[in-house]
Amino acid sequence: MKLVKYAAIGCISFVIIAGIAIPMVPQPQSWLEFPVIPGLEEKARNIFFHVPVAWASVLGFLFALYYGFRYLRSRDYEYDIKSVSSAGLGMMFCVLATVTGSIWAKFNWGSFWNWDPRETSIFILLLIYGAYFALRSALGTDELRARLSAVYAILAGMTAPFFIFIMPRIVGGLHPGAKGDSAGSAPVAQLHMPPNMLLVFIIGIIGFSLFFVWLLHVRVRAARIEYQLSQEK
Amino acid sequence: MEFLTGIWGVVAKDVRSELRTRYALNALLMFVVTSVATILFALREDEVTTDVLSGMFWVVIFFTAMSGLSRIFVSEEERGTAMTLQLVASPSVVYFGKLLFNIGLTLILSCAVTLLYLAVFPLFMIKSMELFVLTIVLGSLGFAAAATIIAAIIAKANTKGTLYPVLSFPILIPLLMTVMKSTARALDGEIFSAAFGEFQILASYVMIMVAGSFLLFDYVWKE
Repeated sequence: MKLVKYAAIGCISFVIIAGIAIPMVPQPQSWLEFPVIPGLEEKARNIFFHVPVAWASVLGFLFALYYGFRYLRSRDYEYDIKSVSSAGLGMMFCVLATVTGSIWAKFNWGSFWNWDPRETSIFILLLIYGAYFALRSALGTDELRARLSAVYAILAGMTAPFFIFIMPRIVGGLHPGAKGDSAGSAPVAQLHMPPNMLLVFIIGIIGFSLFFVWLLHVRVRAARIEYQLSQEK
Repeated sequence: MEFLTGIWGVVAKDVRSELRTRYALNALLMFVVTSVATILFALREDEVTTDVLSGMFWVVIFFTAMSGLSRIFVSEEERGTAMTLQLVASPSVVYFGKLLFNIGLTLILSCAVTLLYLAVFPLFMIKSMELFVLTIVLGSLGFAAAATIIAAIIAKANTKGTLYPVLSFPILIPLLMTVMKSTARALDGEIFSAAFGEFQILASYVMIMVAGSFLLFDYVWKE
């Protein structure tokens, strides 16, 4: 885990430095120059932070779902601890992604919120996290809480394909990859980026994923101790 | 065969106990009347578009369903009959019985809302009947499927009433967005094939929800 921690710090530091310091010029000549994207300009730098954070929020949900599934199979509280820790982290990243995206939307598209399909999806993810924790707080015993919240996470996960694959195509949107975009509609926005931007972007995704794994590890350890203390009472 | 008679037994039991008290049905119908009246106060003289009307139509159905469909499992817990039901019937029998009852209730509910809308909104005219009917049927199936499994979950919780819409809404959003769109198409009098994509989404939603709930119900129901 120490390795993961240092790798995450390394990747994210690199992205912060490279993403902010590399100049944007109209005709990039060398490896250390980004092209100016019309309509985005300097605001394009947000892609190195906003997309990885959004990715981490989805990762949080996937981990919560996976560990929920494992809990239902094994009835081992260890998995419930992992599931809820992951959901908590996912919710934090989800709020961050909503806020960074909303600020970006204000300066690029003119308003904080446009009900674009991807904005709707992240809003629903936020609602799912909210509902998940509301459900957990309303259930009395540990066993019931672990079991039913795992079921709810899986149930919510089953509707995800509708948001990822179907909705961006039936509702017009502003993000790349939406219906009406000249680049064509794809489930995940196709990456039309020059190679040096793509490299920084991918390192950003890897860095935030590792950061997520490390934070999850810390949270799980804390939650495990909390659980043991509550059992000793 | 035993499976089917079991399901029928659960449905018959729920219908009988519902007819004795008429708790869910009366509450649902009164809820429909009051919410439609509220919308009428707000939109009395406005020339509203079909998009707004179809949105309002499903808002009424959503909140009415959220006020009544949880009854099916909550009443078992309140009356303390859940244990007995677990003893006499297998989880899948109970699930399909409850699902069928909720489908019936949702269909009655949507028919009532449709009739009321036809009566009070002059602009609410169904121009393509087959499109509207298919939307209502598939929409009700999807609503009942999602509402039944969530009802089973919240029946075990402490705050049942408020939790129900909170848990159901994120799950129902894909369905709600699709039925609102295809209802608007039906009111605009578009041809049947125009809404084919929406029906594909609705049918797959119903299938995913029923199959998923069927697999997960064991974990919710068994202690």
